[in-house]
Amino acid sequence: MLLTLSWTLPLAGAILIALLGNADGKRDGMIRWLALAVSLVVFAVTLVLWARFDPASADFQFVERVPWIPAFGIDYYIGIDGISLLLVVLTGLLTPIALLSSWESIEKKVKEFSIFILALEAAMIGVFVSLDLFLFYVFWDAMLIPMYFLIGIWGYDQRIYAAVKFMLYTMAGSVLMLIAILGLAYMHSEATGSYSFDLLKLYTLQIAPETQRWFFLAFAVAFAIKVPLFPFHTWLPDAHVQAPTAGSIILAGVLLKMGTYGLVRFAFPLFPLAAAEFAPWIAVLAVIGIVYGALVAMVQPDMKKLVAYSSVSHLGFVVLGICAMNVQGVQGAVYQMLAHGISTGGLFLMVGMLSDRRHTRLISEFGGLRSAMPRLTAAFLIITLASIGMPALNGFIGEFLTMFGAYLWDPRFVVVAGLGVILSAVYMLSMFQKVYLGELTNPKNASLPDLRPREWATVLPLCAIAIAMGVLPSIFLKPMEPSVQRMVERVQSGRPLVAEGARRPGIVAQTAVTPAAVTNAIVSKAADTAAARLGQ
Amino acid sequence: MFSAELDAIVPMLCVTLAALASMGAEAFRGKNERLPIGGLGIVGLLGAAVSSVLLWNRSTNGFGVIAADNFGLFVTLTLVAVGILTILFSAPVLERDGIPAGEYYSLVLFAIVGMMMMATASDLLVVFIALEILSLAVYVLTAIRRDNAAGTEAAFKYFLLGAFSSAFFLYGIAFTFGVTGTTRLAAVGSYLSAQAMTSNPLILVAMGFLLVGFAFKISAVPFHMWTPDAYEGAPAVVTGFMSTGVKAAAFAAFARVFLSAFEPFKAEWVPVIAVIAALTMILGTVVGVAQTNLKRMLAYSSIAHGGYLLVGLVAANDAGKGAILFYLLSYSVTNLAAFGAIALLGVKDRANDELRDYAGLWNSHPALAALMTVSLLSLGGLPPTAGFIGKYYIFIAAVSAGHYALAIIGVLTSVISVFFYLRVVVMMYMADRGTAEAPPRVAGLGMAALALSIVAIVYLGVLPTRVLDLAAASIATIF
Repeated sequence: MLLTLSWTLPLAGAILIALLGNADGKRDGMIRWLALAVSLVVFAVTLVLWARFDPASADFQFVERVPWIPAFGIDYYIGIDGISLLLVVLTGLLTPIALLSSWESIEKKVKEFSIFILALEAAMIGVFVSLDLFLFYVFWDAMLIPMYFLIGIWGYDQRIYAAVKFMLYTMAGSVLMLIAILGLAYMHSEATGSYSFDLLKLYTLQIAPETQRWFFLAFAVAFAIKVPLFPFHTWLPDAHVQAPTAGSIILAGVLLKMGTYGLVRFAFPLFPLAAAEFAPWIAVLAVIGIVYGALVAMVQPDMKKLVAYSSVSHLGFVVLGICAMNVQGVQGAVYQMLAHGISTGGLFLMVGMLSDRRHTRLISEFGGLRSAMPRLTAAFLIITLASIGMPALNGFIGEFLTMFGAYLWDPRFVVVAGLGVILSAVYMLSMFQKVYLGELTNPKNASLPDLRPREWATVLPLCAIAIAMGVLPSIFLKPMEPSVQRMVERVQSGRPLVAEGARRPGIVAQTAVTPAAVTNAIVSKAADTAAARLGQ
Repeated sequence: MFSAELDAIVPMLCVTLAALASMGAEAFRGKNERLPIGGLGIVGLLGAAVSSVLLWNRSTNGFGVIAADNFGLFVTLTLVAVGILTILFSAPVLERDGIPAGEYYSLVLFAIVGMMMMATASDLLVVFIALEILSLAVYVLTAIRRDNAAGTEAAFKYFLLGAFSSAFFLYGIAFTFGVTGTTRLAAVGSYLSAQAMTSNPLILVAMGFLLVGFAFKISAVPFHMWTPDAYEGAPAVVTGFMSTGVKAAAFAAFARVFLSAFEPFKAEWVPVIAVIAALTMILGTVVGVAQTNLKRMLAYSSIAHGGYLLVGLVAANDAGKGAILFYLLSYSVTNLAAFGAIALLGVKDRANDELRDYAGLWNSHPALAALMTVSLLSLGGLPPTAGFIGKYYIFIAAVSAGHYALAIIGVLTSVISVFFYLRVVVMMYMADRGTAEAPPRVAGLGMAALALSIVAIVYLGVLPTRVLDLAAASIATIF
């Protein structure tokens, strides 16, 4: 029941708000509070899920199953494992933050805005908890509708173009996935006599290598567009730049993760043979994306666009970790998804604050903000450092693990990906420097108000989590470890042992050095050093 | 109820009586007297619905030519829904545009009688008679606004091309009779399956002619030319009616003739219809993108939807048996809602059916805009709507039958079609109205009808099981 509640609650909230009369915006205030309350309750539900989650088990938990369309073997079948658990929590966390971020900046059509945000949350959680491919597809497509409206109605100047582009790009990828899903169900009926969209049953399906190739491509393209993987990324800068702050936070924080989540949950384990064949190519694209995104981000005059391109770069690490398909890589990938959700969500949030105050996002319009807004500067610095992968902050663990995993797989990728780490420091720090440090040259910036209480409420949790994820990674790594382990074994066992095993021995065996142990060692070392220095 | 022979035609009788009553009411109506003629029609349609439900599972046969089997009854019930929604949408529109209610409703009801007959006919000649009954009524309905030149032109085109198609159809019947010596579908089927090995080439000619006749009625490419003009010229409610009712009836007869009588020749007709289906989906969608008139755009969209239905016909295997029926129902409700919304927004002298007329509709008519958006999303096949389940059903049938190419064309054209449905949504929600005058307030009855169809769309999209099972079980009666 609890898991069903996590996605039906926001939906019920949306419907309730839709039924409220709101002539001339008289009830705007009440609707804002109601939406926030609903999203906080949902967040609480996701936290309860986490608290009750058994971290030692690799199985799906909180499983619920009711027949939905029995004629086709379609069930309402949901459950979460260690991989999806934290993504659900992340969704629960970012939605209230998105609502708070638009407390003042969204003035028109507050009612509809709240409806769409809550509907979006319902669909996003639905995507992460679905274990039935049909149900998954329903949520996946349903999610586009509220996002489309959020960008198209409350966005900036080019919003309509961006909204339509977002919708068509994503749909074009996902309909081919629908064909592959239908094909899978059909194959299941060929093999067993009945249709089924049950993910766990489909995992065990024996699929011919040639078919695997086509189906894998159909899935992978859908997810690659969502990630977005180079060269499918062109919708992202448009959507991000045009979306309102809340839309950007959710887009960067959660929606992009659905692409990488889909790769981990569906594309790789369903078609292990084809995945093994295509993984190096996808990794090449991921690495190109890492460097390309970083290079393009370096020359952006617009802060939002810069952060958008940095997402292309950061998600390249996630994809690289998934392609490595060993415990370290995948665990790093999932960790990086969470970390990126927190830090990029935070960056968009704070860029949005600046943009609300000045109605511009151009870096050249700012400078020396430190003297006017010291608190925002401090928060921005923490998130910036988190984003570039500073040790003891969240980004470091994710990037480190993905690169570690990739190194075990093929060190050549790591050499190039390492460039991306350096470049990310260049563009992020130079933005920080240009915006916050130096003399306050533009007089318009002199009297900007610093963080208000409402803004504190959004910024503080993100900074705290960024630090917590950097210092105590095992809290987050522990629950996902058994699930990741099983997933990797599932994919590896579906691969031809001769071809892969001969060249890269011990892909699975090397898991004796568990990521949690490695990172703990590093963190405690860093803490010791820091303590020693403080002692001097 | 009566004798077994009469039982089968009770649904049609109910509607016929209602139609006659509307004519009578109009004839004896005092000047300026207002009569609830639409209500009469609804009573008749409800009678048809009740009698269909009572006939369910009984497979009665009337006079050897009307088969009230579950397949026919499912389509009959779909047509009842089409009829009721049409009448509800029409009521405010007739008053506004000054269309004589008696004539209008009796024509609508007669057309529905023809449609029901077509859906249940089990003899080629009766199919033809039914086709003529419905066609004549719809030709007149197209030109019901006599002072409107566009409507007259549309009716004329529709009539000329429709007459051509009837001739083709009749030729097809003649050839079939020439080869098999009968026009009863069951007899034709058993003759052909006995002769399948030593086939007479004339039967292919007969099939070809029948195919052309049906293709005209369902506006499949390349026989779709009349559709955009007729749909644009007719009043929006009539367009909604004919784009759903006529298509449903024609498809029902199409499926019955080809899946039962010509089943032995499946290997011959499947490739032909597959090509037509692909062309229909592609042309309907691609040309639809370029339209700026909403009715014209939806005309092309309904051509494309005919293509999806053809895919369902091609892939009528175990998995997708019910696909045609479910899709007919979901498409009918959805398309009627879309055209109904257009009709409600018009004023007497201005149809308000250009794309730019919808700018900022959200501000002046929030509820109507929201409901119309749902119907457009359903046409585009987005979950959680009836259109999504319908398309999904068609595509799984296609995949199961090995027609991957058709399924891929289908999904890609759906994405393209989403583009033009979204253009309307963009207009309604994201564009400013500017200085142009906002459309007038919309009648409550019309809004109620719209809300009713939206409820149906969402119900079919979220809890489709019952209707899916019904559809699958119904079509089994003609296999």
